[in-house]
Order: sequence, then structure tokens, then C-alpha cells
Amino acid sequence: MATTQLSHLQALESEAIHIMREVAAEFEKPVLLFSGGKDSAVMLRIAEKAFWPARIPFPVMHVDTGHNFPEAIEFRDKRVAETGVNLVVASVQESIDKGRVVEETGPRASRNRLQTVTLLDAITEHGFDAVFGGGRRDEEKARAKERVYSFRDEFGQWDPKNQRPELWNLYNGRHRKGEHIRVFPLSNWTELDVWQYVADDEVELPSIYYAHRREVFRRDGMLLAVSPFVTVMEGEEPEELMVRFRTVGDASCTGAVESTATDVQTVIAEIAASRLTERGETRADDRISEAGMEDRKREGYF
Amino acid sequence: MEMLRFATAGSVDDGKSTLIGRLLLETKQIFEDQLEAVERTSRDKGFDYTNLALLTDGLRAEREQGITIDVAYRYFATPRRKFIIADTPGHTQYTRNMVTGASTADLALVLVDARKGVLEQSKRHAVIASLLQVKHLVLCVNKMDLVDYDEARFDEICDEFTDFAAKLDIDDLTFIPMSALHGDNVVQHSPNTPWYEGPTLLHHLEHVYIGSDRNLIDARFPVQYVVRPMSHDHHDYRGYAGQVASGMFRPGEEVLVLPSGFTTTIEGIDEFGGSVEQAYPPMSVNIRLADNLDVSRGDMFARPNNSPIVTQDVDAMVCWFVDRPLQAGQIFGIKHTTRTARARVQELNYRLDVNTLHRDDAQQSLAMNDVGRISLRTTVPLFVDEYRRNRVTGSFILVDEGTFETVGAGMILAASSG
Ligand SMILES: Nc1nc2c(ncn2[C@@H]2O[C@H](COP(=O)(O)OP(=O)(O)O)[C@@H](O)[C@H]2O)c(=O)[nH]1
Ligand SMILES: [Mg+2]
Repeated sequence: MATTQLSHLQALESEAIHIMREVAAEFEKPVLLFSGGKDSAVMLRIAEKAFWPARIPFPVMHVDTGHNFPEAIEFRDKRVAETGVNLVVASVQESIDKGRVVEETGPRASRNRLQTVTLLDAITEHGFDAVFGGGRRDEEKARAKERVYSFRDEFGQWDPKNQRPELWNLYNGRHRKGEHIRVFPLSNWTELDVWQYVADDEVELPSIYYAHRREVFRRDGMLLAVSPFVTVMEGEEPEELMVRFRTVGDASCTGAVESTATDVQTVIAEIAASRLTERGETRADDRISEAGMEDRKREGYF
Repeated sequence: MEMLRFATAGSVDDGKSTLIGRLLLETKQIFEDQLEAVERTSRDKGFDYTNLALLTDGLRAEREQGITIDVAYRYFATPRRKFIIADTPGHTQYTRNMVTGASTADLALVLVDARKGVLEQSKRHAVIASLLQVKHLVLCVNKMDLVDYDEARFDEICDEFTDFAAKLDIDDLTFIPMSALHGDNVVQHSPNTPWYEGPTLLHHLEHVYIGSDRNLIDARFPVQYVVRPMSHDHHDYRGYAGQVASGMFRPGEEVLVLPSGFTTTIEGIDEFGGSVEQAYPPMSVNIRLADNLDVSRGDMFARPNNSPIVTQDVDAMVCWFVDRPLQAGQIFGIKHTTRTARARVQELNYRLDVNTLHRDDAQQSLAMNDVGRISLRTTVPLFVDEYRRNRVTGSFILVDEGTFETVGAGMILAASSG
């Protein structure tokens, strides 16, 4: 007899498809955040499956800090062309030019925090009422608390102490004009689940997720890539190493890890053996304080 | 690999968060940077030992108050299973968050402090777990280190709980003596409890049989979304997208379409890129029908000889989540499977005292965190089964039409057709 039991990855995929279809059915203007990172690549892949053989019935949006890895942009454009979705680019540079935000200064300046304003402005401008994000609860302790449908008020804020109860798979997306819902279809995935899915489903990722030679330097215990967006300070010595990225964010605050893993299977082996979290190892933005993520999320961050 | 979802429950300070921290630590799911952060905070706060609860209490307010306010989801895997843990709050005022965590759980861990025995809150949580039809319950008799790992004390607590649980609807009840703080019987058998011959908690979680918990008999497919490509390659394609709620669907089989009542056959079942031979829960698929019928979101496929009850009158147990009391005559939005409608509370039959299981039929309203039995009349027919038999077609949520909050969760007891 054929099996009647889904594997855990199939069950996670089915859950994500169900969530995406609920949103497509109940919201007027959803959008999927697509940075070219691995979580958003998996999300886009699942969106393709959820509506096949039709096209994905909503656009994707890239919040562009201007501090990009060229490989990620190349990958973004390739996937947009393949799936035929509309791409909306929300530019942090434009927010700066318009005076909506003020650029940080100094060698440690990053545009990470500025993205929130750009994101919220774009949501308002386009009238998006549901915004798919690739956030996973295993990433960080404030994210571990978030609902699949995460209500945002008219200021885009998250109120962690007053979340809507969320039972079974009955999601409540009701909201007023100007409010919106962030939707996290990958809530229950771990980093390893994402990688196993990438392997099983042959999901394409930007090349920087695999080991390659790159000029990097050490800062705060992280390896940062030498790029036009960071100033190498005195005492920091750039060297060429074999590295890969575990996340792809703003190039000025996303760290690399030393690695020899040049394909999916070896990456999985390295991750399974890793003793550090993805964000702890590679995201300077999360090191600000114990409540760094919670504070940013309250303001409307991803 | 199979997936098991479980929720923790119990009174405040019984050790839920510590137990989860222990499970994660011993199954090597805690990363060095996380552990360092927790060790640092524990030292800063002047604790004698590392407070593993800090691993799950992720909100600032939770760390400041030392309590759990909202569900935290945690993940770990062993070679046998992937686990999703919902660490739920113990405080009565956060019951709604406990219910959130338990609604999708296969199993519940109810903790009790061995010194204190079975408190009202542990009973309350066991009642809620049984109402939500969490089929497997483990009573974790924690803090055994503080009662000198005394077998008699353990037996006493087990007996007391067994008496209470006899009144509940629990299929499978297991008792484990443990110390979350020191790790006894969590992952390793403890030398301190030589008298205990049962499994460790992890062993039980890895082996408890959940294969028969799903309903593979009653074919139910709520239509979620209609896939119409309008493209050159798939010009006439019309697929009804949804997630199988229960039962099996195969191409060639007859289906009954509700509410229209038409019968047709399944032409094909598709997943991305191709067709499948059968669909079972919780698969997300597209079902194609042989006849061109008018089918839209909120409709349901079942079988001509096995269909849900089609009704506008539903009796249900509800958990009430908000300050504003629930009373007869009120009208709410209702979401049941993929169908949304409005519902009026016809009658509040009784309030259930979840501590004593006493049915209080003199009550005129339900307060926040109360559980009670109500009768509803809906604006359009729903396609329902008893919650005991079907967690998907037997559940609904109530939404306040002014604030849009989720104000209640319902479990259908019985329905009269027509
Ligand atoms: N002695 C002892 N203390 C424990 C044990 N488990 C938890 N505790 C302590 O009990 C207190 C409450 O634990 P916590 O996990 O926060 O409880 P929760 O409210 O149920 O999540 C903390 O101080 C723990 O260190 C145990 O097995 N033995
Ligand atoms: Mg706790």
C-alpha cells in the first residue's frame, strides 16, 4: 500500500502552501518580500507551487538597501524573469534622498535599520494589505513568539503582548485600511529544514551561499566582506579566505563563515555540525542588545 | 521523518520553560552563542545556576517579570522525529495563548511541582487539552529533587491525577518523575529513581504512536482557492485548491459537492508539475472535477455516502478570549474551514468550571478565559463534523466585527441538520 504519511518537509511545505492560498483568497493586495536570500528563495518556490499551473497572483518586493551583493541581485532578476512575477523595488537610497531617513555615519554605519522606514513607506504607497516574509521562529527569540499572521497597526508596529490568538489553521486576517498583516509561511521551518528543502527540491540559490574565495576582514568576531559599502578600519587586515554566507542581508552588516562547502550536501553537513546560530554568527544587527530584534520588530521591521 | 507537535502546560513556576531548555540542551539544539547569552544574563542577575527558562522567554517583558506571557515555538529533531514545541504560559490571564499552543498539538506535557501536587491550574490545563482533543497527555512530575526522589510522593500524585483524569476525554496518559533542572529522566534514565521503570520523556516523545490520530476515513476537502491559469498552455484548466482535512481522495472516485449537492467524479489530483494517485491529510493539492460545476471558496468535497452535516445550527464548547463578556444575542464573524459567515449566539447553555468540571447553567455570560457551551445560528449553512471526530471540520473561530479581534474558539459538539 502507498504511504499515507507526509515526511516532515512535505508537511511543512503543505502548511506553507495552505497559508499562501489563504492569503491569496482573502486579501486584496498581497506582496511577497524577496531579497534573493535563501528563505525568500524557498518562499518564492513554494508560491510557484501553490498556484501552479497559474502564475503567482501577487508581486514581489525587494527592499533595496543599495548595499547589495551583486550575486544576490543577479539571482533576484533571474527568478523574477523565470516566474513572470512583477517586481517592486523599494529603495533605501530614495528614502535617504527624499529626507525620510538620515544615513548613519562612521565606519560601522549600516542601512539595516533604515530599511524599516522604506518598507513601511512602500507598503503604504502601494496599499499592500498582506506582506509575506521569510522569517522563521527558530531564528531568534522574539521571532519565536510571533504568529503566522502577525497584525500590524497603522504605524506598522507589532505589539507582542497583545497578539491575536491563532488556533488550528484558522487564520484571522481582518484589518482596517492602513493596517496590514505580515504573514510568515515558513514560521515552523528551521535553518536545516530550509537547506534540506533546497537539496530535495533543487532550489537555486545565489552562489554566495556556497564556499568561494573572497576578500574579508574580521570585525567583532565576524568576517565581513571587503566591499564599497564598508570602511576597513585601522588594525583590520583584509585577507582572502574560502567563505560562504549563511544569510544574505545588507552587505555592510552580514558576515561570512569560513567554509569548504561548495554544494548543498556539504553545506548541510556543516550546518548540522555548527555550534553557532545563523544570526549570532553572521548578523551584526542582532548583536546590538538582548532585545535588538524585538525592538526592531515593534517598529515594523521584517 | 515524522513530525510531532507538543505543547507544555502547568502552573506558573512548575518548570515548563526549564524543561524545554533542558530538552533542547541535551539534544544539542542550543547553540553556543545562545547558551553564552543565557549564562551571562543568569550571572548578571545573580542566579546560582543557569536559568534555562531564559532560552524560551524571548520577550523583554517576560525576562523582566520572569514569566511566560505568550507561546514560544521551539524546534528540535532527533534521528527519529522532528518536534515542534509550543511553550505556553501558565497564568490564567494568558489562557488564550495556552489554547493557541494546544490547538495544533498532538501531545501535551502537563507539569506539576512534586512538592505542591496537582494544583487547580494543572487541572485546568488538562481539561483544556482534553477539550481541544490533544490525544496524548504526559504528566511530568517535576522537581523530584526537592522531594528526595520519593516514590511514594510520585505515586500519590499519579493517583490523584488519575482520579481527576477519569472524568476527561484523554486516550493516552503517561506519568514520568523528573527534574527538569538536573535532567533526571528527561533524556537519560536517572540513577536517583531506580524504582521508575518507564521511559524517559524524550524516549516517549520519540516513540508515542500518533499514526492513528488522523482521520483517514471521512473524506473532507474544503475548497480554498480556484486555480484558473488563463494562459495559453493551460487554457481550460480549473483546479480546486485546498488542503485535505480528512479521509482519502483518488482520481475516478465519486465526490459530493457541498452546498450544491451535485455528484461528480474526480478527474485528477495535481501537485506542482504533475498528478498524484491519492491525496490524504494534510496534503495541499488541486482537485479537478469531471463536470463543469459552480464551485468556489468555502464549498466542500465529501462523499455521497459519507458527508458532513449541512447546518445553520451548531452546538459547541467555546473558549472566550476577551474582556467583553459573551452573551446570548450577540453576533460575530465566524470562520469555519474556508467558509466565513456571521453567527448569532442563540443560547448560553452553561459555563464549565474547568477546575471542578461543574456545569453552571445559571450564568448569563462568559468572562475572559471562561469555557462554556453555546448554540449558534449562522447566516449560511456550514459543513460540520463533531470536533471529537474531526479537528478540522469541527472547529471554528469567532471574530468581533467591530475590533476584528479573534474573540473565541469553538469545538463543535453536535449539529442538527437542516
Ligand atoms: N529544584 C528544581 N527547580 C526547578 C526544576 N525545574 C524548574 N525549577 C525552577 O523553578 C523555577 C520556575 O521554572 P520555569 O521553568 O520558569 O517555570 P515555568 O513558569 O513553568 O516556565 C525556576 O527557578 C527553575 O529553576 C526542578 O526540576 N528542580
Ligand atoms: Mg515558562
